[in-house]
Amino acid sequence: MKNPAGEFTSRVWLIASFLFLYLPIVTLIVLSFNASPLVTTWAGFSFKWYGELVRDSVIIEGFVLSLKIALMTATASVILGTFAAVALTKFPRFTGRTFFSGMVNSPLVMPEVIIGLSLLLMLVSLQRLTEDTFGVGFPERGTLTIWIGHTLLGMAYATVVVTSRLREMNPQLEEAALDLGAKPWQVFFLVTLPLISQSLASAWLLSFTLSLDDVVLSAFLSGPGSTTLPIAIFSRARLGLNPTVNAVATLTVLFVSIGVVAASLWMARVERRRAREMAAAVKN
Amino acid sequence: MSATPVSRRPAGHWSDRVVARLGRKFVIGVPMVFLLAVFALPFLVVFKISVSETDGVRFVDLLTWTEGVLQLKVRFSNYLYILFEDDLYLQAYLSSIKYAALTTAICLFIGYPFAYFMARSRPEIRPGLLMLVMLPFWTSFLLRVYAWKMLLADNGVFNNIAIALGLLDEPLKMMNTPFSLTLGMVYTYLPFMVLPLYANLVKMDIRLLEAARDLGATPWQAFWRITVPLSRGGIFAGALLVFIPCVGEFVIPELLGGPQTLMIGRVLWDEFFANNDWPMAASVAVVMVLLIIVPLALFNRYQAEQASGGKA
Amino acid sequence: MATNGNHKPGAGGTATTGQPFLRIQQVVKQFGDAVAVDGVTLDIAKGEIFALLGSSGCGKSTLLRMLAGFETPTSGQILLQGQDLVRLPPNERPVNMMFQSYALFPHMTVWDNVAFGLRRDGLPKDEIAAQVDKMLALVQLTPYAKRKPHQLSGGQQQRVALARSLAKKPQLLLLDEPLGALDKKLRERTQLELVDIIHQVGVTCVMVTHDQEEAMTMASRIGVMSHGQILQVGRPGDIYETPNCKFVADFIGSVNLFKGRLTVDEPDHVVIDSPECRHYVSHGITGTLGMDAYVAVRPEKIGIQADAPTAADYDNAAELGFNCARGTIRGLAYLGSSTTYHVALASGMVVKITKANDARHDEVRLAQGDTVHVWWWGSDVVVLTQ
Repeated sequence: MKNPAGEFTSRVWLIASFLFLYLPIVTLIVLSFNASPLVTTWAGFSFKWYGELVRDSVIIEGFVLSLKIALMTATASVILGTFAAVALTKFPRFTGRTFFSGMVNSPLVMPEVIIGLSLLLMLVSLQRLTEDTFGVGFPERGTLTIWIGHTLLGMAYATVVVTSRLREMNPQLEEAALDLGAKPWQVFFLVTLPLISQSLASAWLLSFTLSLDDVVLSAFLSGPGSTTLPIAIFSRARLGLNPTVNAVATLTVLFVSIGVVAASLWMARVERRRAREMAAAVKN
Repeated sequence: MSATPVSRRPAGHWSDRVVARLGRKFVIGVPMVFLLAVFALPFLVVFKISVSETDGVRFVDLLTWTEGVLQLKVRFSNYLYILFEDDLYLQAYLSSIKYAALTTAICLFIGYPFAYFMARSRPEIRPGLLMLVMLPFWTSFLLRVYAWKMLLADNGVFNNIAIALGLLDEPLKMMNTPFSLTLGMVYTYLPFMVLPLYANLVKMDIRLLEAARDLGATPWQAFWRITVPLSRGGIFAGALLVFIPCVGEFVIPELLGGPQTLMIGRVLWDEFFANNDWPMAASVAVVMVLLIIVPLALFNRYQAEQASGGKA
Repeated sequence: MATNGNHKPGAGGTATTGQPFLRIQQVVKQFGDAVAVDGVTLDIAKGEIFALLGSSGCGKSTLLRMLAGFETPTSGQILLQGQDLVRLPPNERPVNMMFQSYALFPHMTVWDNVAFGLRRDGLPKDEIAAQVDKMLALVQLTPYAKRKPHQLSGGQQQRVALARSLAKKPQLLLLDEPLGALDKKLRERTQLELVDIIHQVGVTCVMVTHDQEEAMTMASRIGVMSHGQILQVGRPGDIYETPNCKFVADFIGSVNLFKGRLTVDEPDHVVIDSPECRHYVSHGITGTLGMDAYVAVRPEKIGIQADAPTAADYDNAAELGFNCARGTIRGLAYLGSSTTYHVALASGMVVKITKANDARHDEVRLAQGDTVHVWWWGSDVVVLTQ
């Protein structure tokens, strides 16, 4: 774009939009170091809320539980999502394909209250049914049920990520593997999987983040003793402003930023190395 | 060099073909079974419960067989209540759609230029910009919504700074208003609008615009007649990704909304957690699904088209 | 094979001993209502390089994919040394393919790429190593064994793809537009290198291309395809000199086509009248008097000069007065080694003539707008009826 007025508008709009996006985050970070619990006054720089955080068992336990569930969710989501992605890209026709596609994609947009309620009602019915039939109710509301709900959501996102990568991959690579004598499962593990590995990693991270952050599904599906970190934060946030939450926020932002920046730097390094190799190859 | 090519391929075993066929059933079957159990079945259960009688603890069976008579008891009273008797529900549905539509419109208004300028910026800085957009997305949405509480409260950051600077005499009521709710929703869902738009705009061929300029169009005309129509797909996807979840949004109305902002997500939550009225909550959910069924179907069709290499 | 109006000997190619090496029998491929391959029958001999030539959409790639196993024929048979290929999936066929995009596995080294197929066969490690080294030496890429595909140039990638497809010593090698991705200079060099390697290994080869130069250079026999059907099969020279229909005549090289009617039908010569001139064809054809026919003359077979041709120019007295016309030079292109003239005749037809610039100082330089006579010999024409 060579017109200066356009350049100016462009820059202004971008900067304003980014400010909008980052303002709350910056506020949280700044206020987490405020010695006063009130937003009204700045009482000096202090780490006191971080200290309180360490002693706050509800938050710490909630974090551990959320972490556990997130790890399980991410792994299950990637596995199921890859299955679904392969089914949708490799098999253009199978019975129930439209229905299947609808079920895989809907959790992306379906309001979580609906998913949470319906899943819970089904699990409760199942529990009552097993109790009546076998004397033992399964499943109990808790970690397992939360995990199931998060995986449904994570799987939808994982499918999108893996499908888009599978579609950009050159189909002749898999044909070449077949042509050279590989059986279909060998083609998948020796050729397809290594080439989609990066998207599997992004899908894993995406599901992990979604699970760690989820409030509504967790609320519906949790049981006594399974309070996740978002549930704990949400309960406090409803009641009013709470400075420990600021400390949690800052730490979250810190870890996420480190992670994202590290990932970007690493990818940039891979790119630079690849460019150097290409240049060296062409010279020969 | 040997002149007679001899291929030493192992004889194709029939078990390989069987494994291939089974493999296909397995790959489709595993996610299919999971989804049927965890997504489809629950909807059936919800519908069933919404029309069941409850004796407080258990649900009475819909079908009963007594003395040779097969009886089907379906209780529609919840639905009648929602739709005709208590105004609250209809108002909540309408209000939710209204806010969802408003949010979508504002997200489009802010997000389109955002995506456009990002797509037009120098290729080297684009990944960086993309990362900057994604970063808030990766940080907890709950915490960011909570942050707006601090910013907008009567004794929050904005008011304090404004009063300190003398711009205001008394705090401006921003919290628990339609304004704070809309702001929170736009804030949360903006990336969902920007990303599909960006993905679409970045793939657009610049030469089309150059051709238009060459044929005499002004930049403004080129934008409206070429860029916008070609980005239809991105607008469509972004709008659906914002609208549908906004209708049933709960956390943001709960934290940032107030008595004036009735949202159906909160109604459902209250029916379930506060009133413990499961059949009612289920009925509310069913009606909500019916409300969004058309945009949901459109979204699924769009995804399916993308999958088969569909429209731009 | 399609019918031919001339009595010139047709091109052969079928193995003279019993069964052909590769027999494609009445193969049809339909996609819904669209017919991609419409009843193709071909016999391919052992050790030959056979090219399927045609423009995009003619069905050649579909046919190749059926040989590889990526498509199943709707009907028809494919027999390789008598073995039915159709019921075998691609990974069980003794057939290997070199893909248009090379399809080298980007996450594996050159060595691993070439070894891939051998490893699937479960051969012992030292045998695999020996064969891979042999293949890399064959394509002269031994020092690049540890490189990854993205570290190689286009030409090198192609050689890896070739080595990989030859490693398992297949009975049939398939090439899908092998030189499409290379630039012109590289293409010319690589064409001959490829043929050399294939002959060295001795493998039977079927290739698909839209580039007639490529087909003419590399193949021992060519099959011209259009709309899912084989129009003509033969050696490059035979197809060029005696095309059997207008499409083939026009597809390979350039051709001048005169439309006319058969007025004299003798066993040893025929005369065809066309608006441009009367054609004397110095061989007999199968046809009926008065029927429509096309006379095809290649540009390099036509002479161009300022004066009318005399008896000295024709070696057959009977031809004098035939096979010549007067016209004006509409345009000319000096191409270095040859000059191309476009001459407009009185009837409106524009004739293309190619003349080698073999004399340093040409006697008469012809220029645009000059009135010239064009003429050719009756033995240099082909009569086409379709």
